[in-house]
Amino acid sequence: MINKAKLMLEDGMVFEGASFGAQGERCGEAVFNTSMTGYQEIITDPSYKGQIVAMTYPLIGNYGVNTEDVESRKPFLEAFVIKELSGITSSWRSVKSLGSYLGENGILGIEGIDTRSLTKHIRLSGAMKAIVSTEELDDKKLLDKVKASSGLLGRDLVKEVIEPGISQWNNQGKYKVVVLDCGVKFNILRELVKRSCRVTVVPATMLAADILKLKPDGVLISNGPGDPAAVKYLISTVKNLLGKVPMFGICLGQQILGLAMGGETHKLKFGHHGANHPVKNLKTGVISITSQNHGFSVRMDSLKSDEVEVTHINLNDNTPEGMRHKKLPVFSVQFHPEASPGPHDAGYLFGQFISMMEAKYA
Amino acid sequence: MLVNSNPATIMTDPEIADATYIEPITPEIVEKIIEKERPDALLPTLGGQTGLNTAMKLVEKGVLDKYQVKMIGADYKAIKKSENREEFKKAMQKIGLDLPKSALARSMEKAKEALETIGLPLIIRPSFTLGGTGGGIAATEKEFEQIAAMGIQNSMINEILIEESIVGWKEYELEVMRDSKDNVVIICSIENFDPMGIHTGDSITVAPAQTLTDKEYQEMRDAAIRIIREIGVETGGSNIQFAVNPKDGRMVVIEMNPRVSRSSALASKATGFPIAKFAAKLAVGYTLDEIRNDITKETPASFEPTIDYCVVKIPRFTFEKFPEAEDILGISMKSVGETMAIGRTFKEALQKGLRGLEVGHSGLDNKKDYKQIPDDKLLNKLKEPNASRIFYIKYAIQKGMTRQEISDITKIDPWFIKNIEEIISLENILSLAVSHKNGRSLDSSLLLKAKQYGFSDKQIADLVERDELSIREQRKSCGIKTTYKMVDTCAAEFEAYTPYYYSTYESEDETRIIKKSARGGSAYGGNKIMILGDGPNRIGQGIEFDYCCCHASFALKELGYETIMVNSNPETVSTDYDTSDKLYFEPLTFEDVMNIVDKEKPQGVIVQFGGQTPLNLAKRLKDAGVPIIGTSVESIDKAEDREKFAKVIKKLRISQPPNGSALSKEDAKKIAKRIGYPVLVRPSYVLGGRAMRIIYNEESLNAFMKEAKEVSAEKPVLIDKFLDDACEIDVDAISDGSVTVIGGIMEHIEEAGIHSGDSACVLPPHTLSDEIIAMIKKYTYAISKELKVKGLINIQFAIKNDIVYILEVNPRASRTVPFVSKATGVPLAKLAAKIMAGKTLKELGFTREIELSHVCVKESVLPFSRFSGVDIILGPEMKSTGEVMGIDQSFGVAFYKSQLAANQMLPVKGKIFISVKNDDKRDIVFIAKRLCDMGFEIIATKGTGKVLASNDIKVQIVGKIKEGDKKILDLISKGDITLIINTPSGTIGHSDMKPIRSLAVNKGISCITTIQGAQAAVNGIESVMKSEISVRPIQEYISAVAAKNR
Repeated sequence: MINKAKLMLEDGMVFEGASFGAQGERCGEAVFNTSMTGYQEIITDPSYKGQIVAMTYPLIGNYGVNTEDVESRKPFLEAFVIKELSGITSSWRSVKSLGSYLGENGILGIEGIDTRSLTKHIRLSGAMKAIVSTEELDDKKLLDKVKASSGLLGRDLVKEVIEPGISQWNNQGKYKVVVLDCGVKFNILRELVKRSCRVTVVPATMLAADILKLKPDGVLISNGPGDPAAVKYLISTVKNLLGKVPMFGICLGQQILGLAMGGETHKLKFGHHGANHPVKNLKTGVISITSQNHGFSVRMDSLKSDEVEVTHINLNDNTPEGMRHKKLPVFSVQFHPEASPGPHDAGYLFGQFISMMEAKYA
Repeated sequence: MLVNSNPATIMTDPEIADATYIEPITPEIVEKIIEKERPDALLPTLGGQTGLNTAMKLVEKGVLDKYQVKMIGADYKAIKKSENREEFKKAMQKIGLDLPKSALARSMEKAKEALETIGLPLIIRPSFTLGGTGGGIAATEKEFEQIAAMGIQNSMINEILIEESIVGWKEYELEVMRDSKDNVVIICSIENFDPMGIHTGDSITVAPAQTLTDKEYQEMRDAAIRIIREIGVETGGSNIQFAVNPKDGRMVVIEMNPRVSRSSALASKATGFPIAKFAAKLAVGYTLDEIRNDITKETPASFEPTIDYCVVKIPRFTFEKFPEAEDILGISMKSVGETMAIGRTFKEALQKGLRGLEVGHSGLDNKKDYKQIPDDKLLNKLKEPNASRIFYIKYAIQKGMTRQEISDITKIDPWFIKNIEEIISLENILSLAVSHKNGRSLDSSLLLKAKQYGFSDKQIADLVERDELSIREQRKSCGIKTTYKMVDTCAAEFEAYTPYYYSTYESEDETRIIKKSARGGSAYGGNKIMILGDGPNRIGQGIEFDYCCCHASFALKELGYETIMVNSNPETVSTDYDTSDKLYFEPLTFEDVMNIVDKEKPQGVIVQFGGQTPLNLAKRLKDAGVPIIGTSVESIDKAEDREKFAKVIKKLRISQPPNGSALSKEDAKKIAKRIGYPVLVRPSYVLGGRAMRIIYNEESLNAFMKEAKEVSAEKPVLIDKFLDDACEIDVDAISDGSVTVIGGIMEHIEEAGIHSGDSACVLPPHTLSDEIIAMIKKYTYAISKELKVKGLINIQFAIKNDIVYILEVNPRASRTVPFVSKATGVPLAKLAAKIMAGKTLKELGFTREIELSHVCVKESVLPFSRFSGVDIILGPEMKSTGEVMGIDQSFGVAFYKSQLAANQMLPVKGKIFISVKNDDKRDIVFIAKRLCDMGFEIIATKGTGKVLASNDIKVQIVGKIKEGDKKILDLISKGDITLIINTPSGTIGHSDMKPIRSLAVNKGISCITTIQGAQAAVNGIESVMKSEISVRPIQEYISAVAAKNR
């Protein structure tokens, strides 16, 4: 039996579809992702906390869900919006269907949506608050609920995705890396391990002094959900680490670095969420096709140009995609060099981080 | 500068390149062009395998070095590395990629060694051939020996690759682009519905890949990037094929094409990213980030398109034209065209594709009743890949076979089969909605769901036992509207500016309709004209019609109209997003066209340019109130309807061969007796001379009547007196209703009885008297006037004993329009489009017929080498898949060039084998004499030889094969014979000559099967022996013509 579900945007645009996964009601910011593959990685990316994610590719669930392609311990997004859920899973690695995976994890799914129309709407009107419900189907009531919900701005979502305590991801490796977990994707850790790093994951709430006590060769500030400006404690931690240890920021990590260096961040109209964004390395001229997932960005003009320089730009809209400190061993990128999902073109940045740590020894 | 021998292409239009050489693409000819033009660079990667092979030979001959021409895109080394199996294997191993186990062999001994080490089943592929000709899968030792031997023969370098069979694995393709700064992007991934073992050209393919996780897709992407770098394709596009074992995910590299390919064209249409256009820019030094994405304008081309729909390509086959060829698909390509469909889901795209194929299906329908199909036949049809397998999968599901069983047999991914199951489930629900039976009617939510699953109105109508129009009415009345979405390369992330649409049933429609006041109070208006395209390529309807559609669009744009193109063929220029103001990539069915008409409400719709496809829709469209412009539907009907046409001809006092139409065997016999044998017979309402035959006696007539019933039941069989030895003429003319001007009169080289599409022809005619030409003109004017033609008209005449007979009239663009336009420089299709929009010939400045000072020969290109076992004899049923053009000052050289371009090398020395039927024996004497005088040695069969010897021609006689004398076969095998002239008689001699002809095809030895062809060939040989061939760009010919006709 088909269960009806509705997606209501805060400006009153409404879509009706069929429910899959869990039943219930969730609010969040509606965003679209343009990756054609990798829904499992997207679902388990903690950066999507607080968001309702619509896939522009219409056929989802085809290869099911497997045990390897997870980016965190569980899905964090609020709801998942698609055109058509596959009636079968076809892959030698699949262990279950997408529907049952979402159901087990309490995540709402809605299918039968004109996700292209939704995407166009978000492109034109900007990412906005939305609600998905299988319980309330009255448009007016849904609209009231979505209007009353809290948006992303000013909300610390990092706290909601991190685990307390220090954890040792692996026990061997030449470089001792502390990963400041703001909602880290596992593939960042896997990429570090591939490059002889001994990885310690610490919560974003840890103080700088405690981090330095771990005597890291380098600190990686991870990706994570929500508004960077709301994560005040982390900004001050990073400020205190500046110049004391090589640092590499990814996504939210870049935004936090920007804020820690005295800059500002702002919310983008609808952000970048996909796996096909061309990013140019301004130093080498090399173009990488990158995986991206961010709704906020650093205002480069808010940073002192004698201290910080832009290293990468997005060729689609010329927004800054990477920066480095001119004097300190600190650099960051707004996109995801760990990919997953997405192309591996930008993996070289982990190498750059290693070189930076290597320089410490030299 | 452009070299291409194909006149039917847009690229050989004189305006496209600065100098256009319509000359054979052979190393010798291209060398002459290089010598003359002294280009800086040669771009070999856009002209398919022909371009690549020719470029390679030019390098090997030292031509490029001599004239200091740089090869751009891919250089010699890169091409060699990708094409040479051994080098490719080494390269892949070097970068750590997995390949199927394999070995190379240049002899049968080596081949057998490989068989020992790898084991059966094996795949055999000859190196350096077009479209994988001559390869195969061997499951037994005997098959292995056969295929290996043939492969060694077919390879240009007598080499075959013997490979571990990965038949049944999942097959993928990636389209990759690289620029000079080493930026690499993947444009599109393609997953084949049909697994490994079926040529990708013959597979149903789907974009993007459906069943790969991101991890596996990225692994494949990484591999593709490593491959293009390692092979060293400097700039441009490449196509890389992979296979994946569905059991464990093992991925192996299959092959790489260091050039744009058929798949690139498909990927371009599927994504909106114009691969070939950008490849050319990259070749001259642009980088991807320097090129703008045409569609979004704002963003650069250095990205990877992402799509938000599903694309399905379905190949079109023509097995019915080659009864000797088996409808079994394998690793050598047999399809002749393809259709592409776009939908929001695979189900929708698949069903749209199946109706766009134009083979009588209205979707994944029930043309056959599954209950009537015996289990063993069904099983066989699943096991052996064939043109209709997709339907047999459906029948198997209907008969209760499980998804797993079907997947086990076919190796098709269960994901695809599940989608077919879902279509069937909905079909079952629909068929319950037969109101008069079950009291249930079709409710609107069910109807909407059916439309979203891609069901056509016709399909739904059949299921609920209603008529198609009532479904359409219901759809409209309950507000189920067709919505159009854009193909925009970016899944709506950025604004798109090019209106490239596909239909679906969603919540939002994206068409931008420019509203202008309608003219004359009509419901249609907006100063826009819609052009209906030609659908998938097939024998009888190829890119000639695409050429005409493009020209119509160009011409109407010149007049200020908004042009709207509708077509479903990804291999065309008309489906480029920048050819027309708007492009609807849609099947050409009544329903799909009407939905667009409803949306756009054009002022006029053109049905004349897309061949039979739109013409077949004309009447229904007109009845639905669509404003068809150009020659009226009544006139079209007058020309097509046998009886009405006879009246026209009678009125105009033009002769027609005696004829009649018969519904029964008895009728047919009576008519044949009245008009006398031989008779030309054909079923009515079929295309390209389908099942057309020349019948010499009553016995054959009986057999034919039986077959005709199968081809076109209930429709009458047309019987004409066959004009033996008549000369056939094709005329293309243009008329504005009052003035008619002839574009070109073409004289066929081969006699009447060979389909005009297969016959070579010459423009201007070279053996007709002025009186006959005057008569042809007079008739053409009269018929055009009588039919009130507005646009193009094609008339076929036959001349026998100085009487001009009319054979056929087609008041539409014909296959020869591009050829005539290239020959004369008159853009006939453009003029015709302008006439349809209301202009007169006088206004357009074309009122006088053009006189040429050069000679053009059109020759057909035949697909025989693809169909092993098919005899190469020409007849009334068309078999060619394309054409080439030879152009020069004299007939001889022009003919020679046309043969060269069609891959029929005419020799200037060596041994010629002659064997002709009795009727031709008198004519062959003179031909043989001339050949003998030119220094050729003649070998002949007994009968022919005797005639030649008695006319004092030195001849060596060989015995009959069936009597045990295999000498002639040995000579051909060894390559000692340089030309074969063999005119087959109806029955006798058949068994002896067939092996000779098929061996000739195999060895690539020219084989002429008509006496007229032989005469022309002798002319050609004589001309080129007298003086060296020269080359000249088409622009020079055209300006000479213009000067002469000033």
